[in-house]
Amino acid sequence: MLLIECPWCGPRDESEFAYGGEADISRPIDPDALSDAEWADYLFMRSNRKGENREIWNHQHGCRRWFVVERDTVSYAIRATFPMDGEGRSP
Amino acid sequence: MEKYSALKLIRHALGSNRKWPRAWRKAEPAARYDAVVVGGGGHGLATAYYLASRHGMRNIAVLEKGWIGSGNTGRNTTIVRSNYLWTEASLLYEKSLQLWEGLSRELNYNVMFSQRGVYNLGHTLQEMRDIERRVAANRLNGIDAEVVAAEQIKAAIPIINTSRHARYPILGASLQRRAGVARHDAVAWAFARAADALGVDIIEQCEVRGIDCQGGRVVGLQTSRGPIATGRVGLVAAGHASVVAAMAGLRLPLESHPLQAFVSEPLRPLLDTVVMSNAVHGYVSQSDKGELVIGAGIDAYNGYGQRGSFHTIEHAMQAMVELFPCFSRVRMLRLWGGIVDVSPDACPIIGTTPVRGLYLNCGWGTGGFKATPGSGWVLAHTMAHDAPHELNAPFGLDRFSTGALIDEHGAAAVAH
Repeated sequence: MLLIECPWCGPRDESEFAYGGEADISRPIDPDALSDAEWADYLFMRSNRKGENREIWNHQHGCRRWFVVERDTVSYAIRATFPMDGEGRSP
Repeated sequence: MEKYSALKLIRHALGSNRKWPRAWRKAEPAARYDAVVVGGGGHGLATAYYLASRHGMRNIAVLEKGWIGSGNTGRNTTIVRSNYLWTEASLLYEKSLQLWEGLSRELNYNVMFSQRGVYNLGHTLQEMRDIERRVAANRLNGIDAEVVAAEQIKAAIPIINTSRHARYPILGASLQRRAGVARHDAVAWAFARAADALGVDIIEQCEVRGIDCQGGRVVGLQTSRGPIATGRVGLVAAGHASVVAAMAGLRLPLESHPLQAFVSEPLRPLLDTVVMSNAVHGYVSQSDKGELVIGAGIDAYNGYGQRGSFHTIEHAMQAMVELFPCFSRVRMLRLWGGIVDVSPDACPIIGTTPVRGLYLNCGWGTGGFKATPGSGWVLAHTMAHDAPHELNAPFGLDRFSTGALIDEHGAAAVAH
């Protein structure tokens, strides 16, 4: 079980959270301008990194806010968690 | 290759079993191969075997970074079935099931394929409607399937809890009688031995570190044991498909998750079939040694660590005790995790890539073991002809840009 530090609520059990996948994926501003391959890349393709990874989690059974977690996908060690706007890191 | 038989067993027993030959050679990598399969699991070894036996390619190698069968081949819960909903998927898995039925004989190796049947339970009216639809679809595709009522399940499996007062009462199930289980390690060893006998080099402790491409086609591999020149490479590295594909500059629609499984202490025979449930989310069979082999769902997060979180284990155990109250005091002996590459539509990706000579076989998610021979069959065809077999044509990487997904998520009998 991971111990995840919500930037607003502090350290909580993993079972309070929902995993949201890879971070830093933004919906294209103008989808109609994209080719099918570019749209597929946004929709389906993932970096699926082994090692250092940036991902988003939602504190589903808590404050219900999304935030960013930097976690190693091999050791599962969490390096940092911080709010979605990327301003600074959690204490 | 020494043929295995009852007579040989007796003869070797008389010699205190000291003179059994190696099942496969310890091959050294050659400088050049006509084709190389990256990944020495069941799927990779099956690919090499069918390349050699059906397509006449003998100068080929299987590269494995650990030892063969050490990944998901040795980490699954060994269930084999073909009762998928959509035609594309069910035909692929049915081809595989048909190959399973003749596998021990073809490979001269007992893979202990036991067609003991698989029950997929339904706990709600909607689940029963879905089961009836799936059974009808299976029959239209020539796959054996039937709908059974709760009383029939209770008669076949007396220890199951069919009480109407259960939290999730069992209303019925689908039953595929030709489905069952197989001995997973034996499958890898059997394919390795048979491929080796046809001249395939099986090279263990050999990690691929780079894929050399020139002018949009594959020319060789960089490995921990030196460079290997080859014009055809099949990537069959379940768990690490994204990592290996990235060496050729490919991005895949995959996320790797831990999937945990467990075995209990050995018990007397009490479950002679396979039971799966989507609603309470777990699946169980009893091994020939008497252990209950139990699996459930993936851990939510991406992970390459071959282990998962405890609450996932707890959830699986809750499901088992809900279905089989008599399991409540059974102790679990071993627990392990595999890494499953999950695709957006819960179907595999098998076919050509934008890089000429580079072929993919990945994304089997939680259900790859059952497909071992069929997967090798279609990838061998794809590599030999540089074009997909009709069975894997719908499973190309291009389906994610054309939109022709095969939506098996939850639609199959699968506990995804």
